[in-house]
Amino acid sequence: GFFSSCEGNSVERKIYIPLNKTAPCVRLLNATHQIGCQSSISGDTGVIHVVEKEEDLNWVLADGPHPPYMILLDGNLFNRLVMQQLKGTSRVSGLAVSIAKPNPPQGFSPGLKCPNDGFGVYSKDYGPQYAHCNRTVWNPVGSGLSYEDFDFPIFLLEDANETQVIKQCYQDHNVPTDGSGPEYPLCAMQLFSHMHAVTSTVTCMRRNSIQNTFSINPETVCDPLLDYNVWSTLHPINSSEKVDPKKEFIMVATRIDSHSFFWNIAPGAESAVSSFVTHLAAAEALHKASDVHLLQRNIMFTFFQGETFDYIGSSRMVYDMEKDKFPLRLENIHSFVELNQVALRNGSILWMHTDPVSRLNKKLHIQNKKGGTVNSSVGANVTLQEVGFSQSLPPSSFQRFLRARHIPGVVLTDHQASFQNRYYQSMYDTPENIRMQYPEGLSPEETLEYVTDTAKSLAEVATVVARALYRLAGGANDTSAIQADPKTITQMLYGFLIKMNNSWFQSIIKPDLKGILGDDVPQHYVAVSSPVNTTYLVQYVLANLTGTVVNLTKEECLNPEKTPNAEKEMYDYAWVQGSLDPNSTSRVPYCVRSTVRLSKALSPAFELREWGSTEYSTWTESRWKEIRARIFLVASKELEIITLVVGIAILVFSLVATHFINAKADVLFSIPRDPGAVAY
Amino acid sequence: MWPRERKEDFCLQICLIFSCALPRADCHVSHDSHQTANSTTKNFPCCTCDLEPRQTTAAADGSACHSCMILNLRILSASAARVPCLSSLFSLCRAFFWLVSLLLASLIWFILVHLSDQGNARLQYGLLVFGAAVSVLLQEAFRFAYFKLLKKADEGLATISEDGRSPISLKQMAYVSGLSFGIISGVFSVINILADSIGPGIVGIHGDSPYYFITSAFLTMAVVLLHTFWGVIFFDACEKRRYWCLGLVVISHLVTSGLTFLNPWYVASLVPIYIITFCMGIWAFFTAGGSFHNILKCLSCKQEDDSRVMMYSALQVPFED
Repeated sequence: GFFSSCEGNSVERKIYIPLNKTAPCVRLLNATHQIGCQSSISGDTGVIHVVEKEEDLNWVLADGPHPPYMILLDGNLFNRLVMQQLKGTSRVSGLAVSIAKPNPPQGFSPGLKCPNDGFGVYSKDYGPQYAHCNRTVWNPVGSGLSYEDFDFPIFLLEDANETQVIKQCYQDHNVPTDGSGPEYPLCAMQLFSHMHAVTSTVTCMRRNSIQNTFSINPETVCDPLLDYNVWSTLHPINSSEKVDPKKEFIMVATRIDSHSFFWNIAPGAESAVSSFVTHLAAAEALHKASDVHLLQRNIMFTFFQGETFDYIGSSRMVYDMEKDKFPLRLENIHSFVELNQVALRNGSILWMHTDPVSRLNKKLHIQNKKGGTVNSSVGANVTLQEVGFSQSLPPSSFQRFLRARHIPGVVLTDHQASFQNRYYQSMYDTPENIRMQYPEGLSPEETLEYVTDTAKSLAEVATVVARALYRLAGGANDTSAIQADPKTITQMLYGFLIKMNNSWFQSIIKPDLKGILGDDVPQHYVAVSSPVNTTYLVQYVLANLTGTVVNLTKEECLNPEKTPNAEKEMYDYAWVQGSLDPNSTSRVPYCVRSTVRLSKALSPAFELREWGSTEYSTWTESRWKEIRARIFLVASKELEIITLVVGIAILVFSLVATHFINAKADVLFSIPRDPGAVAY
Repeated sequence: MWPRERKEDFCLQICLIFSCALPRADCHVSHDSHQTANSTTKNFPCCTCDLEPRQTTAAADGSACHSCMILNLRILSASAARVPCLSSLFSLCRAFFWLVSLLLASLIWFILVHLSDQGNARLQYGLLVFGAAVSVLLQEAFRFAYFKLLKKADEGLATISEDGRSPISLKQMAYVSGLSFGIISGVFSVINILADSIGPGIVGIHGDSPYYFITSAFLTMAVVLLHTFWGVIFFDACEKRRYWCLGLVVISHLVTSGLTFLNPWYVASLVPIYIITFCMGIWAFFTAGGSFHNILKCLSCKQEDDSRVMMYSALQVPFED
């Protein structure tokens, strides 16, 4: 035998270098359009060309002699202008984008200039002068790239080492020599990201239903984006019954998801994490106040999922409230406070946005509220200021509630008009964006505990919010005791932005969920399998911060219906694994009783089976089989044809020779003797 | 039991079928022209039974037809080696023998690798060389075992055949066994590479030679040819007990296997291997009975008489009367 190569699959290893740390751009569909990227079913291959400045594009678009090309694009050039040029040509078979380090200084946002337009409250029937961002463009940096449809695959190279390997391969083989083209073999890349769904949600849901009806082995092509909203109340309520219509609630809301151009890349530091972390801290501060049980109004803390995609979570909650499927009804909501992007305050100002159209009708309510909130800001390093009268509400969950019923409410943000966030819904919305900095040389535990300036700033906001809520709920005492804890906030920021797998998160989750804490950078994309890690963690953090530890055994905690006095409808019981004993490897689990619950966040369009609805969100995500990327060398067509022709020629020659020898065998192999003998 | 007339008619029909299977020119047609008019027998337009037409009707036991059939069967079996079923059976068997030898060799190598220190690269390389050598020796041993098996089969078939000669020819079997050995060896060494060559890439991104596929193909061709030639030489050497031939075959196999360790320096490995193939080819040709004279005769000839004469003279049919 011949051992010319080592064992088994080593030939494949000689040919391909797989790229492991990549993120694809996938296809999303709504009622009328498809967005995102698509590759051929057997992957798209192209000769690599590195584009680091605009002039390099000419080689790809016109001069290069070996199209189609696979472009390795520098992050700073990933803008609308370049992408329009690439879209229009057939000489590009795919794109790999490397993250720009540091973040592009002029800002980068692939989201829309007017996020969630058409699904908020402003339409031609209600405040038409504010619809479609006529007065205020919320996201001026927005290029809308995420919402375009590309017919070639686009991948993000997250690892700088892999980008360097590709550039090295390019330098070795693909650099043009003296104006003429480079010689074969050339370095090439292949990207696989074939998406199954096409056209729109209407088409793909129809195909799903055909498959489910007629096929033995149905093949689904797309899934609606869904997850769970997390909600909790200050005073416990009976979740299996409807609340008395005379009871009043103050609703506090934030969103917990974000998005970027690439699948499952959504750090969302400023757009989501800062707001819900502040919200969690305010909830903790309120629960610690001494006389909360005396407050006349209840407070409901709600964390909406899927808000990035036309308000999936909030539209579902409003729908459930209208259809009596939720313990509360819209009539129970006394007022609404929303926190949106609060980390990048200019100075000490926190802006209050209100709806100009309803303000004219509900002047009285707003006055009361405003008075309450402005008073409570005394003593904190935050100045609450109202924006001008003629400005609409920014994109917020509050708009969905306003669509259903006129509720007085405010949206608190750090921006007066356009977003302060120059990386809204992009991969650059990272801890650096909200100025989170840690000193060098800290261990992970120390980093968890270190209180950053960002945490302190958010703690101030949380304190103000908590005090305002206390006043709004009818509290009359002095509010100076209500303080948000910066230590909790910094731990939450670390866990939700840098590393989920830290000791605090480990101690507050259920024992069978500890696998969800990964070591990668946490991402907050709503996804199609639920609940996602973010939802779980928000749920358990809220339970830990607002719940109480009760003395129940594991059996009793897991089966509260059998335990007397457990009041299963009022509370939720969770058996959490507890923190590590300092000198041992075992944990001390305990039972936490809280009012935290999950409610389904699936767009009502899918409940009502109105796939083409313009009223509710219809976002779905396509399914796919494999997503991967690899680089290798390709040979020229001439060499391939020569190899094939030589092979065929040798085959034909050998057949002819064998036939000839076989036919003349008795002549060729005869030993010449007298003819009497036998030939064979 | 058939009626006698029907039996004879049937026998004659079968005889006719057999006779007409042979080429016309081979036939010796014999019939008495003056008897045809009033005989009830059919004329046999093709091959010979060499019978008087009147004898066919008179033969009560069909013995004349019986002998006719034997005669035709003999002629057919003379070219039995052209009938593929026997050869393919043997070649499958041979391929299986090669597979077993490969299995044993890889078992030995596997055990050695796991017993030794896996981190030591030099040791692992040495074990690889040793494994290759063991595999070569095992293959030759199995070739010898197959030769013995074939000899036994040959003797067995000879004893049960009619005339004491076996229907298979050892020379042809040597060629078939060598070829099947080569085919299975070639398939095993090239299928893996072929499967990976289907993708869009070629070897070379880590610095290997980009001519990997084409040189593998040529190497496989050399392997197939070498095994065929070695088969012929080996069997002939075992038959004639020329053990120095055997040793030379084994040594040349070892040398070829060792030359592949010079890859990726393809010039140093492929050229000598092809030189060895060419030499082995010439040696096998002469061993199988060829000569320059025969080649010249073949290239220039259009005469077919010699072969016919030889075939005819091989017909030694004992006529039963």
